[in-house]
Amino acid sequence: MLTAFLVFFPLAAALLLHFAKGGAARALALGAALLEFVVAVFAAISFVRTGSAGLDLNLNWIPSAGINFHLGIDGLSLCLVLLTTFLVPIILLTAFRHEEYENPGAFYALVLFMQTGLLGVFTAMDAFVFYFFWEVALIPIYFLAGAWSRSDRRIQITFKFFLYTIIGSLFMLAGFVYLYLQTGPAAGSSAAHSSDIQAFYALKLSASEQSWLFWLVFAAFAVKMPIFPFHTWQPDTYTESPTPATMLLSGIMLKMGIYGCLRWLLPVVPLGVSQWQQLVMVLAIIGIVYGAIIAIRQRDMKRLIAYSSLSHVGLMIAGVFSLQAIGLQGAVVQMLAHGVNVVGMFLVADAIERRTGSRYMPDLGGLTRRTPLLSVCFLVMLLSTVALPLTGGFVGEFLLLAGVYQFNMWAGAVAGLTIIFSAVYLLRMYQRTMLGPDSTYSETITDLGGTELVMFGALIVLVFWLGLFPGTFLRLSEPVTSQILTLVGR
Amino acid sequence: MLPIVLLSVFGILNLFLGFLRSNRALLPFILVVLALVFGVNLLDWNHAGSIPAFLDSPYISQMLTVDNYSVAFSGIVLLTALLLLPFSRSYVVAGEPNLAEYYSLLLFSLVGAIMMVSYNHLIMLFVGIEILSISMYVLAGSDKRNVRSNEAALKYFLQGAFATGILLFGIALLYGATGTFQLSEVAAAIATPANQSLVPMLYVGVLLMVIGIGFKISAAPFHFWTPDVYEGTPTFFTAFMSTVVKTAGFAAFLKLLVVALPAASTVWLPTISAMCVLTLLLGNVGATVQTSAKRMLAYSSVSHAGYLLLGLIAGHGQLSGAAAQSIFFYSLAYSIATVAAFGVLKLVSDQRQREDYAGLAGLGRTNPLLAFVLTLALLSLGGIPLTRGFFGKFFIFTAVASQGHIGLVVFAVLMSMVGIYYYLRPVIAMYLRPAEPGAEAPIVVDGFQSATLVLLAIITLVLGILPGFLSNLL
Repeated sequence: MLTAFLVFFPLAAALLLHFAKGGAARALALGAALLEFVVAVFAAISFVRTGSAGLDLNLNWIPSAGINFHLGIDGLSLCLVLLTTFLVPIILLTAFRHEEYENPGAFYALVLFMQTGLLGVFTAMDAFVFYFFWEVALIPIYFLAGAWSRSDRRIQITFKFFLYTIIGSLFMLAGFVYLYLQTGPAAGSSAAHSSDIQAFYALKLSASEQSWLFWLVFAAFAVKMPIFPFHTWQPDTYTESPTPATMLLSGIMLKMGIYGCLRWLLPVVPLGVSQWQQLVMVLAIIGIVYGAIIAIRQRDMKRLIAYSSLSHVGLMIAGVFSLQAIGLQGAVVQMLAHGVNVVGMFLVADAIERRTGSRYMPDLGGLTRRTPLLSVCFLVMLLSTVALPLTGGFVGEFLLLAGVYQFNMWAGAVAGLTIIFSAVYLLRMYQRTMLGPDSTYSETITDLGGTELVMFGALIVLVFWLGLFPGTFLRLSEPVTSQILTLVGR
Repeated sequence: MLPIVLLSVFGILNLFLGFLRSNRALLPFILVVLALVFGVNLLDWNHAGSIPAFLDSPYISQMLTVDNYSVAFSGIVLLTALLLLPFSRSYVVAGEPNLAEYYSLLLFSLVGAIMMVSYNHLIMLFVGIEILSISMYVLAGSDKRNVRSNEAALKYFLQGAFATGILLFGIALLYGATGTFQLSEVAAAIATPANQSLVPMLYVGVLLMVIGIGFKISAAPFHFWTPDVYEGTPTFFTAFMSTVVKTAGFAAFLKLLVVALPAASTVWLPTISAMCVLTLLLGNVGATVQTSAKRMLAYSSVSHAGYLLLGLIAGHGQLSGAAAQSIFFYSLAYSIATVAAFGVLKLVSDQRQREDYAGLAGLGRTNPLLAFVLTLALLSLGGIPLTRGFFGKFFIFTAVASQGHIGLVVFAVLMSMVGIYYYLRPVIAMYLRPAEPGAEAPIVVDGFQSATLVLLAIITLVLGILPGFLSNLL
């Protein structure tokens, strides 16, 4: 029941938002998001105490086809559920600060609708339920990114984004249909096949089938994450979308791809994975270097963060496909850390843009004198992104690099460049905006206010929590990642 | 059986009502009649062969059969008409003098449609198709001062008459080869041919029938009439044409293939597979280059014929199970979404006098309800989850894939990707483009039509979220 509430409560709140206006709409949206977070924490406590059995929801959905509406929360799901429910209030608060949005109630409603889709993806335990929520999450983000964008190119950019992702998803659907037709009936069901995750895990397909099935299923994840060379939609979409939509995309939505690999790719087509592992590793490492090099050249803050995200995601993919326990665990921590970091970075960019009207770095400079608090928050988020020890980013990237190193020393060495590169471009960004010669804004800019401090405070707490006590989350995900590796090794 | 009788009687009655010159009474009357017939139709559910005693002579009862299959598809046809009719309000408001005739023709065409889904005798198939088609020829040209409407009627009539000739020729050859019109006897005669020298004639007959029906359901390469006819026909009747005619046509087609011609599948299976690939390709590619929303929907209806043909391919052996079920579900999803799309398009084109994408611009701001319903309809046609269209496609693809036609399914999936492209364009126009100068005023929609639109949206969503309901009827 708790799981069903988690997934569907935001949708109900989104529908209710239709009847609220102005301040009431904000209060309702934020209240719902905070309640959702509290419930997620409650679910976490219940999970730690009594295990995942109490969080399982298995209802008949299409009985004649053996498709059940099966939601469940295990350690891996729980990490991402916590991340999503934690970030959505921050994203909503960011949206509140944009007074210029037309029809803001619809914006908040779509954010909450999106949350339903995301949580559905992270808790789905049936292939078609997973696919269903996977697509459901796309509809609100398309409108969020398109309808509230002020860019002239918004139509082309969001169109490209939509087409890329949906084409990837349809390949995944085709793969799932094939896998589904290979399954046997579930226990106690009259249907000939079953799309339950356990039925998929029990499949024993030939290596040649798995070889092409791998690409069908991986297509959706590759576009979503995105992995080089499927990334071309990403920088434009991140840059030109309204910042809350960018946060949803980069903070949570790209984790759908990595989560999908962990849950629905590695254990389902293990032979396909081992066949294509090296190619994916190479692509991931190209993505790391390529994203970083392009990030160095950027002058637009949001675009720089977008390319930096591309580079960091490459490392996560490399960690996952190293098929080492430590790499998988690193990917889990880094999913959380990256979610927090990237949302923090976009929050900084948004704070500066709202105050100065520009996020173009040559226009900025010398902002730090008037904004000590913003400078500190910026620096903390930045250092965590660079993976300085004590921060969440360090734990994640360290584990990931260790995993990649175990796979191949040279791969580890090249992937390690991500830390050096990100120090280069991020510190340069800091220097050009906060330090350096004064710009026209350095005297007039105002420092962070009340709500913003709370938002940054929450993010910073999590950054250090992940840096100092990563065990909280590692312990949750450890049984799941080791189960995945057992399935891969069969 | 009773629905046919009721529809015919009320259709004639309605013509007399027309003499009263009271347009306002007509729409409620027709709605009540349709609701009544819809209910009566459902009474036959699970009462296979329940025919009133006075009609139960072998002669008539062997011509039509009432079973769950016919009840289900009659249900779709009647429901579609019922949900579509509120959008004819503009005729009532404008004081259209021939409204009673239009409504009567609609009722008669429904008689034809129901005969097409319940025939058991090839002559009944022919009669049903003709009753449906002749009504539609007239309705296509109902906007008689508009050259495009006249063109549509003429094209539709010429092509339709041609197709009917081919179909009839096919039936005649089939009769020549098997000596019977009864579906089950045809099947038996094909399975054990009495005279081997007649087999070529039989195969030619089967091919001609496939071609004849292919014209009616606008399957490529016999689809050329579709875009022009759909565009010229008044939008209200286009909607009727692309839903009722298509649903009835496919139900009839499936019944023909599965009940009468299973033994001839060596002939029709490759033919239909080729038609299916061609239809998907031409329909989807054709739709991408359109700038008129109505023409895009015309091509999209061709492409949906392709998906339904895919369902026919899965239809080996019986009138129940995966194939019939998937065609039933798909037809319903397609009909509901098409009614919603054409309904919104009619409201917009009546008041903005244009049918292209630019005419839809800014609708998200001026008329959130219209924009929302049209978006939902297009997402459903595109097969995106949360709408019923997704499960429609899903069931068809699964049914076909389970028969081993993986290549066809992959091709259809690729074509649905193309579909997303053109279904998204009106959505972009509505939400992301500002209204054209001079078209900023909201479109006036009365409460009755709004309620219908909301109902259509609810049906699309509810069956998109809870497909289990209705997913194993047949």
